[in-house]
Amino acid sequence: MKDREPLFSSKNMKLLTNPLNEDNPITVQVLGICSALAITAKLEPAIVMTFSVVAVLAVSNMVISMLRNLIPPRIRIIVQLTVIAAMVILVDQFLKAYAYDVSKQLSVFVGLIITNCIIMGRLEAFAMTNKPWPAFLDGIGNAAGYGIILVIVAFFRELLGSGELLGFPIFEKIGLYNIGYENNGLMILPPMALMVIGIIIWVQRSRNRELIED
Amino acid sequence: MKFLRNYIDKIKPSFEEGGKFEAFHSTFDAIETFFFVPDEVTKLRGAQIRDSIDMKRSMILVIVALIPSLLFGMWNVGHWHFLAFGEDATFWQEFGFGFLKVLPLIIVSYVVGLGIEIIFAQIRKHEVNEGYFVSGFLIPLIVPVDTPLWMLAIAIAFAVILGKEVFGGTGMNILNPALTVRAFLFFAYPGWMSGDSVWISGMVKNADNVVDGFSGATPLAEAAAGNISNLPSTFNMFLGIIPGSVGETSVLAILFGAIILIWTGIGSWKIMASMIAGGLFMGLILNLFAVNAFMELPAWEHFLLGGFAFGAVFMATDPVTAAQTDIGKWIYGFLTGVLAILIRVLNPAYPEGVMLAILFMNVFAPLIDHYVVEANIKSRLKRIKIKA
Repeated sequence: MKDREPLFSSKNMKLLTNPLNEDNPITVQVLGICSALAITAKLEPAIVMTFSVVAVLAVSNMVISMLRNLIPPRIRIIVQLTVIAAMVILVDQFLKAYAYDVSKQLSVFVGLIITNCIIMGRLEAFAMTNKPWPAFLDGIGNAAGYGIILVIVAFFRELLGSGELLGFPIFEKIGLYNIGYENNGLMILPPMALMVIGIIIWVQRSRNRELIED
Repeated sequence: MKFLRNYIDKIKPSFEEGGKFEAFHSTFDAIETFFFVPDEVTKLRGAQIRDSIDMKRSMILVIVALIPSLLFGMWNVGHWHFLAFGEDATFWQEFGFGFLKVLPLIIVSYVVGLGIEIIFAQIRKHEVNEGYFVSGFLIPLIVPVDTPLWMLAIAIAFAVILGKEVFGGTGMNILNPALTVRAFLFFAYPGWMSGDSVWISGMVKNADNVVDGFSGATPLAEAAAGNISNLPSTFNMFLGIIPGSVGETSVLAILFGAIILIWTGIGSWKIMASMIAGGLFMGLILNLFAVNAFMELPAWEHFLLGGFAFGAVFMATDPVTAAQTDIGKWIYGFLTGVLAILIRVLNPAYPEGVMLAILFMNVFAPLIDHYVVEANIKSRLKRIKIKA
């Protein structure tokens, strides 16, 4: 019998860490931009969204990977969607039960995780051809790579746009308003999310020149 | 001049490669070419046309064209300030007050903008671009005079970095940098950029001491509210004795600038003319429907209101962001005029449409050029086929 690959071999760890930087779904593959615009005006929904996507992507990646030899190729998209939809409904119900306020803020965007291009992309590209454990790790890695950008964008947008972090009025506490500071209204508007992502892409590519495509 | 030349030649070696101040090479180069036309020439091969009017010289001419607007704007700022607070003032007091209000805006504009340009020139090892000389002069003229300086600084940093440098600097930018500054301020800090009190110096912070019955609303705001009878006389609006951004109120001063630009061939008269034609066209269409007082406003009077004249002469004609082909210029200018009046009259959320119209058409200018060029190629191809 062959030696079994250790659970956290360096190859498997790469699945977790690569999407955080040089294989990031948002800044390098430019997927999932739509939700990045919609829910990053405040930090809290962005964090909740991150965990929702981690849960959905990790589990559905694993489930699809287990089923991969049973799924007839011609209907594989439908099967994938069914699995994702089931997971999204679970997450949605969970949020409604335990985090109703955030769930209201995220409104339709939890449901729209189904259409998140990152999830379909990972199922198609990775889960259909890999074993469940790597698929699970890949799911967590990609969702975290998506989430890390979401959180960075939301951090700047909430801080500069509302002067708060997770609802804590940080600028007011350190007395910035007394010296004439004012919140930047542009930060709350959706276009600014694109610009912040653009700046992240700029910074990332000037640090890692291999990512620049012609 | 000879003395300056000698001095520059003397210190030049220490700024060249291997010199003591090599790191400041681009700064030195900018200053040298600012004073003297650079002596670099293309190699002697084939036909050449040499003209000493390089980028810096043409930019300076735009600044000269802007000076009437600036001087008038300074006086106007002081005039309205003293009027609003019910104080008597002589002409020189009014001018001096405005001068001291506008000067910090100009200084901040140049320090921040050129600072960023120099840093980027240093990192990318190219010359400091001349483009900012004009942008930096335009910016103080198109913002309300009381705009806090730190806001202006942030807006300029935003416009120069994200509006210009990410695309590769002067000549590569899609959007007009000065208008990008204004758009940023408009969306980020609406409280300082629109409303009735921002146009009068000192009125935002000290609204209680204003003379009774003084509103500070610009004629454009009055017209948008339907109070056509409150508009100042046409002559005053033409002269520019109305509240507004620093340099945009006086159509007369802008006309002086327009004459200089057209006479020297730096600003495109095609764009100015077609933008006015577009505005007139849209104004007449609105006159036809005229369901409210603003829509009934005679079409030509729109040119006296808000920033239309300033936008047509100094903003839309920016050679980098406007259309480049001749036919393209007509289309670009016409659509800018149409959109400016359309947004101004029909969209209550945006009191002035000129800024948005020009920025919008900036984005479309390359597309217009592309189709003009394609059409030209097609028509010439046809000619060949007929002969063959």
